[in-house]
Amino acid sequence: MLSVSGLSKTFPSVRALDGVEFTARAGEVHALVGENGAGKSTLIKLLTGVHRPDPGGTLTYDGREVSFATPLDAQQAGISTIYQEVNLVPLMSVARNLFLGREPRGRLGLIDFRRMHREAERALAELGVRVDVRRPLRELGVGAQQMVALARAVAVDARVVLMDEPTSSLEPREVATLFGVIRMLRERGIAVIYVSHRMDELYAICDTVTVLRDGKVVHTGPLAGLDRLRLVSLMLGRDMDTVQDEGLTKFTGEHDAGREPVLRAEELTARHRLSEVSLDIRPGEVLGLGGLLGSGRSETAKALAGALPVDSGRVTVAGTRVRGGSTPAAIRAGISLLPEDRKAEGIVPGLSVRENIALAALPGLSRFGLVDEARIDRIVDTFVKRLRIKASSAHQKVGELSGGNQQKVLLARWLAMNPKVLLLDEPTRGIDVGAKAEVQKLIDELAADGLGVLLISSDMEELIEGSDRVVVLKDGAVVEELTGDQVTEDRLMRAIAAPAGESRD
Amino acid sequence: MTELTLGRVSADRARLLRLLQEYGVYLGVLVLLLVNIAFTPHFLSGENFRTQAVQVAPVLVVALGMALAIGTEGVDLSVGSVMALSTSLISLYLGYGVWIALLAALLGGIVVGLANGSLVAFVGVQPIVATLALMVAGRGLALVMLPQLKQVNDPDMAALGSGDLLGVPYLVLIAAGLALLVAFVVRRTTFGRQLLAIGDSRPAAQLAGLPVRRVLILVYVLCGALAAFAGVLATARLTASDPTSLGTLMELSAITAVVVGGTPLSGGRVRIGGTVAGAVLIQLLTATLIKHDLPPSWTQIAQAVVIVLAVYAARERGKR
Repeated sequence: MLSVSGLSKTFPSVRALDGVEFTARAGEVHALVGENGAGKSTLIKLLTGVHRPDPGGTLTYDGREVSFATPLDAQQAGISTIYQEVNLVPLMSVARNLFLGREPRGRLGLIDFRRMHREAERALAELGVRVDVRRPLRELGVGAQQMVALARAVAVDARVVLMDEPTSSLEPREVATLFGVIRMLRERGIAVIYVSHRMDELYAICDTVTVLRDGKVVHTGPLAGLDRLRLVSLMLGRDMDTVQDEGLTKFTGEHDAGREPVLRAEELTARHRLSEVSLDIRPGEVLGLGGLLGSGRSETAKALAGALPVDSGRVTVAGTRVRGGSTPAAIRAGISLLPEDRKAEGIVPGLSVRENIALAALPGLSRFGLVDEARIDRIVDTFVKRLRIKASSAHQKVGELSGGNQQKVLLARWLAMNPKVLLLDEPTRGIDVGAKAEVQKLIDELAADGLGVLLISSDMEELIEGSDRVVVLKDGAVVEELTGDQVTEDRLMRAIAAPAGESRD
Repeated sequence: MTELTLGRVSADRARLLRLLQEYGVYLGVLVLLLVNIAFTPHFLSGENFRTQAVQVAPVLVVALGMALAIGTEGVDLSVGSVMALSTSLISLYLGYGVWIALLAALLGGIVVGLANGSLVAFVGVQPIVATLALMVAGRGLALVMLPQLKQVNDPDMAALGSGDLLGVPYLVLIAAGLALLVAFVVRRTTFGRQLLAIGDSRPAAQLAGLPVRRVLILVYVLCGALAAFAGVLATARLTASDPTSLGTLMELSAITAVVVGGTPLSGGRVRIGGTVAGAVLIQLLTATLIKHDLPPSWTQIAQAVVIVLAVYAARERGKR
């Protein structure tokens, strides 16, 4: 139905897709998987006309070579996309959303509301959704809204339906309904392309799978014969047979951890994101958080740092309970978070290295609201030396530094607060090899100095070699904890790949 | 070889452009001064300078607060209405003494600022919308309190409006003092640093544990108080309370002064020196055109040209 061949896409600095071959057949549910930066979203955007491919690749649709200049072109050709976030008009009625742009007209060219409502009701009933179609869309739950989006996709005579993580905000019951609809689409001969990270879902609904990694297709074929462990290793790019014993990172791996945990999280729960996550971090140890993209690693870190409100559960630091949902409270308790999105949530790009380092500690470095410049200079000086931050001067804007040095500035910002626990979310992502090794060494030193460190990393090697223990997350819940000799790539991948409910030994 | 030269030329050009962005507003003031000295009769008189400075004082005081709001990637459209509210309150409370009246006017500005700040910080309304609501409500309230123009016959107010110290009008001294104070706050206080961080990257500031809401509210309270104080100054100068017209379009003049002065609308940076120069530039531009008998509509067109130039320069800066 829809196939691409030799498809590449180059952005100014990166080659996002490299000679991709991909075919979605009619009446087939095709899983598209890969980790962050593998090229999934780029591929979707090429298929739906958001981006244009580099010259040389071909896009064949319904037996003819095509090129979509705009998303509208693709839609009119019969390719519908259902995004993670519903993109409909929240204030318009359900029926109007369903028929947006193709409303049934009566005489005089006016919208025939009665017919529209009747047809909308029928279309939704077919999908097993019963709602008042006259009500504004935003009054519906997210799941029902997604169904409306789906009904719209089906109603416009779509022949290819792309779903980008459609279940990320759905309740289990709604997921079941969605799967029913997907099966119906398959029977109608529609090609469904399904993007998700949830292993259980992939195996429940998909027929074929294509794995992308670093912009290339590394595997494509039927899903049924493919072992879960093999799929995970394909996604992560770790070959099961040649897992190296020797480390490539700068970690020493072992620390003398204290007995009593410095941080204890008990049954943290946040709707759709985390369910009863419990973990301990001891002083002087690096606790790794393992799991695939979307498994709740970053959410766990944010919940601990008070940046993600939790519905229930508690966090204690050194025995004292920390008020949830408040970043200042968490920081006062000694929890510091180095966020995953360094550029958007970490650095303040227009301020200098000096101001960035002093940012969080500012109230403590002031008297009566007046900044004590001399003390700031001393602290900045200390950390620039200790962390070997390379900048033309302390007054250089942080936005102009390399990724590694930006990360060190952030580390300095938190170390200036004398934290008890450091939460590091992808601390070495997007920084060059040399700086990576330095940051890894720093993490090691910090743990050796008695800090409790939580390490999140998609880099298997980094996680395995850097961590003393690894807690594995899946779908927002802890599925396994690896300690001591168990901390190996093999065990980690097994834990990630295990089907739901069978993961604990 | 050619490429090398080209590279150098464009680097020189970029440096020139950057200098223009940084100091263009001062250059503009200088050029206007020179043009006026050459072509405008009686320009170089102490009397003329006093008039210009007295006229610019209230605009500058408002612009100082506006610069803070813009520094947080916000804006305050209610400043003109706060001036009207302030002048009404002065008239109403002058019977209780000038200090009470002054206090009432400032409190009015602070209350409006609190409302603006709360809408922005707690409800999450966009600053332009939140302050638009107070802009409409503020002037309405001012007119309810004082439906028409009223003379202000108070010796203290008159002294404030037309007195001077060693030849420098009080109004100018006060505006200059406030400019120094605000510059000090921006540079040397925790609040100032936090304000800039919030304006530059609010998510980062939030995750760094900064008291984002408190800072935002304080910014709008300061902006309201400064606008109210500008209302007091304007009332003293005019020796009358006119809530119908006082402060109309003041928000635009203030935003123009701030933006022309090199403070980017995208936040994270506040230039007080530039704001002072920006306010002076607009005043000189208006005065020049009036002195040469050009119709007021020309003034507006000239202001528009200056704004477009400033925004163009800011765009270049953003690309850097």
